[in-house]
Amino acid sequence: MDFLLTSILDGLLLGFVYGLAAMGLTLIWGVMNVINLSHGPIISLGMFGVYLLFSGLGINPYVALIFVAIFGLLLGIVIYFVAVNRVINAPHLSTLLATFSVAMIITGLGTAVFSASPRNVDYSLGSFTLGSATIPINRIVAAALSMLITAGLYIYLRRTRSGRYIRAVANNRNAAELMGVPSVRILALSFGIGTMLATVAGGLIATLFPFTILAGGTYELKSFVIGVLGGLGNPVGALLGGLILGVLEGIIPTFMPATWVPVIEFILFVLILMVRPQGLFGAKKS
Amino acid sequence: MSSPNDTQLAATDTKTGLSAVLAQNAGSFVGLILPVAIILALTIWPTITGKDITRESIFTIMLSIALASSLNILLGYTGYVSFGHVVFFGLGGYVGFYLMAVQGWSLWLAMPMGGLAAGLLAFLLGKAILRLRGGYFALATIGVNEAMRAFINNFKPFGGPVGMTLNFQVYKDYGGAARALSLAFYILAALTLLIVIISYLVRTSKFGLGLLAIREDEDAAEVMGVVAPSAKTWAYVLSAILPGIIGVLFFFKNGSIEPVPAFRLNFSIEMIVMVMLGGQGTVLGPIIGGVGYQSLRGFLLTSPLFKNIQLAVAGALLLVIVLFVPAGLVGWLRNRFPALRRVLQ
Amino acid sequence: MKRTIILSLFLILALALAACGGGTTAEPAAQPAANDAAAPAADQPADTEAAAPAATTETMVIGFTASQTGSQNVASTGQVNGLNLWKDTVNAAGGIELPNGTKVMVEFVSYDDESNTDRVQELYTRLATEDNANFLISPYSSGLTAAAAVIAEQYGKVMITTGAASDDTYKQGLTMVYQAYTPASRYLTGAVDLLEHVDANAKNIAFVYENSKFSTDVVEAARQYAEGKGYNVVLAEGYDPETTDFGPFINKIQDAKPDAIMGGGHFQDGSTFARQLNEKNIGVSFFALLVAPPEPDFADLGEAAVGVVGPSQWELQAAFTPESATAAGLDWYGLLGEEFVQGYEAKYDGTEPSYHAAGGYAAGLILEKAIIDAGSTDPDAVRQALEAMNLLTFFGHIQFDTTAEAHGLQTGHSMVYIQWQKDASGNLVKEVVWPLEGATAETLYPAP
Repeated sequence: MDFLLTSILDGLLLGFVYGLAAMGLTLIWGVMNVINLSHGPIISLGMFGVYLLFSGLGINPYVALIFVAIFGLLLGIVIYFVAVNRVINAPHLSTLLATFSVAMIITGLGTAVFSASPRNVDYSLGSFTLGSATIPINRIVAAALSMLITAGLYIYLRRTRSGRYIRAVANNRNAAELMGVPSVRILALSFGIGTMLATVAGGLIATLFPFTILAGGTYELKSFVIGVLGGLGNPVGALLGGLILGVLEGIIPTFMPATWVPVIEFILFVLILMVRPQGLFGAKKS
Repeated sequence: MSSPNDTQLAATDTKTGLSAVLAQNAGSFVGLILPVAIILALTIWPTITGKDITRESIFTIMLSIALASSLNILLGYTGYVSFGHVVFFGLGGYVGFYLMAVQGWSLWLAMPMGGLAAGLLAFLLGKAILRLRGGYFALATIGVNEAMRAFINNFKPFGGPVGMTLNFQVYKDYGGAARALSLAFYILAALTLLIVIISYLVRTSKFGLGLLAIREDEDAAEVMGVVAPSAKTWAYVLSAILPGIIGVLFFFKNGSIEPVPAFRLNFSIEMIVMVMLGGQGTVLGPIIGGVGYQSLRGFLLTSPLFKNIQLAVAGALLLVIVLFVPAGLVGWLRNRFPALRRVLQ
Repeated sequence: MKRTIILSLFLILALALAACGGGTTAEPAAQPAANDAAAPAADQPADTEAAAPAATTETMVIGFTASQTGSQNVASTGQVNGLNLWKDTVNAAGGIELPNGTKVMVEFVSYDDESNTDRVQELYTRLATEDNANFLISPYSSGLTAAAAVIAEQYGKVMITTGAASDDTYKQGLTMVYQAYTPASRYLTGAVDLLEHVDANAKNIAFVYENSKFSTDVVEAARQYAEGKGYNVVLAEGYDPETTDFGPFINKIQDAKPDAIMGGGHFQDGSTFARQLNEKNIGVSFFALLVAPPEPDFADLGEAAVGVVGPSQWELQAAFTPESATAAGLDWYGLLGEEFVQGYEAKYDGTEPSYHAAGGYAAGLILEKAIIDAGSTDPDAVRQALEAMNLLTFFGHIQFDTTAEAHGLQTGHSMVYIQWQKDASGNLVKEVVWPLEGATAETLYPAP
């Protein structure tokens, strides 16, 4: 049963990254009730950002993340003003389709520029062995960075003025506006931060696995599952959701064919939506 | 619907809906004229041109019209955004294909079974996930589609990942491949006509009025005496059956079926786009949307200027429509020219 | 203001619709623009008339769809590049010369199928009826090809398939479809032979593969073959095409203690799998993967690529020559592998051709030879020539199954197996290791 432990460890480490990937999605949902369907392509952009900086300019992938984060923040603010702001109060369908259009634009341009050809960031920190388990160090670094970023986000939301504004807008936009919170700017900032988290997660994933311009789609679907597990709108819940998903992906293949993993994931997803739409750790939100 | 235009539109919807119900015996089917005329024109067009390619192109368009019109019953009338509607197309297709390829059934029997399977799934799902509102429902439908795809990928009787293939000899029973392809077209035309008529009848019936009330304000609708859970479920079932039947027809014509093309999430989203483009909640909207969307895609795909970035161009166009014309073409015309409302249902 | 915007929007839409002629949805791709060799094609008739007044020049149209967008974009592009190179070569030589002196120029019509089946039948119908294609070439991938085959059959058009390996398609009673690739059922069997050759003591094989049509077909056949040879299959399991993390899976493989791992799927999962196997360092001596290893980009993996074996439809190093044809008692036709690579690199800015590109060129070459043998572009005559074809080309041996059960299935061609190794200066190189007749290096065994 050695391999069970190894698999759990593998899954846990990856779970942090999954959690980070979902955090942007769930933040945007929590603040403005928008399901961001351009989440996947944005993750892909993060991957390509790190890849281009690393392969083209020889910048260390972890340093490249800083540039990718800045790019993500700006991109998010632009997307917000171009595609979301106008329909922020319209029914769900409008924001779903608006963000989906953005996804089409990014994927379309991305395929034209990069083609659907797979890329790999050939940067390995080696691995170390713990009993029978061999753990790549890239994975440990990715997990540690994900934790760090989550902690940073948490502190930001609690301790800074704009962070508090974001929470105020998430709680009750009208009330926040009455209190003098510049809600449009805060919404744009939240969208920017959500996008930034997605690109950074993409960048971290790029240090672990090969990817294509279409690869973000897989993480988008995972992010939905994680978001629902942890409670949509709850960034810290997303990290826990990510860990749960990571561990599930680690454990399930040890006792049944690995191809059943997505079946179980998505059934679980639908069941949780039905039974506890606020998520396993989410507070009830009307 | 919260923007002022939409609310105004909805109010008049209810009014015309009411008057239509009142005037039903007087044979007020004015609103049906245009939709039926378009479908009939599309049906006979290949005979006029005498070209197979016209038939094939119109097959793609009709497929879109029929699926978009089906989805519209849920999306447009009831206001529930089903992002994974392709699950009914895929499941129906799989059940029917299995019956034809493995059990040797004829297309005529396989099609209703595909529809039945889809309807049954919708009924069960309706009981389970239609309680969810807004974005949660949309997410759940995505989950259902992905779960189904992953399940079929593991389900050996349906061939698992390999899928199933129809022996070419099967087409001989229908007078050879050429006859089978043209037969498939006329069946699809009949089904499209059927769904358009159903769509019209629903819209002008008391049942449809209940659905519209749910769309505007579900809680208020319940207070007014609409049994929302059952009304929603039946709308869901109604919107699922036809995609199930059409799935069988499509994969019969295609000759093979595999999990990925059968449950392609993007296909679902395309259906929504068509409904939006033409105008959600109208009978004519999905028809216009289907014709418009497919023509536009066809144009972008083959235009030398756009073909490399066609996806991005389509996305940009969609964005502009979502942002500036949320009611779609038919909705916009109805708002702009109230006099046309009887004709533009 | 808003109203004007909206009005102009609908106007644009209406224009777009009008441009598509209302009912029809796809316009032919701008043919002249796609025709790189338009200039020589236009000049040629005059030249030939001057040189040999008796000879006439015909033009034949070949139709196909390409996945310019979507997931199959990479392989499909290679295939289309190969086809275009073939067309240019033929047209630069003044066309295909028939025994009666007639010259046949080649013209292509192609559309984007977006890597999905929705429009494949519509587009192939357009090719067959509107564009009057004389012959068809398949799209890339078995799924799309199955849909296109229905149309080829209906309109009695000969279709050469390339990049469509599944055996299934050819067992459905088709009569017009001919396969250039080695079918899926023989994709990995050579890897089993290679394992037997390098290590007589290896007994346990783990098959792990992408849960998709192609890989499942390949692995089912290889597994039966391995079991027939007395190997123990200690693990045979698929993974979902969306799998990103192979960690748990690799742990499971490790637990099964195989001597060899075989399987894989497509490029992305294959390279991920290879990279993680290397990171996990589980000490399996033999590792054969589908599709990904022969691609030149596989070298991006660096160390993780070393030792990985992969089946390939074609490699330059496995040189087929007129001499080897004579030795095997076969006819030789067409250019040499080196000439293909030179032509390809010259045309595509030094890009190294993948086997998909070679497959595309070979599809054209097969058609060319069949037309010459038939002495015309008459579909029936060409069919008969294809039925009788038994020949060696730069791509390998080409022969088709002519029985009713598996008509058109490729029976002559077989895979070569490459392995990534390091040369003396430490650079990654692709060496052919199997079959031994074509091998350029000893198999690196056990793999690091």
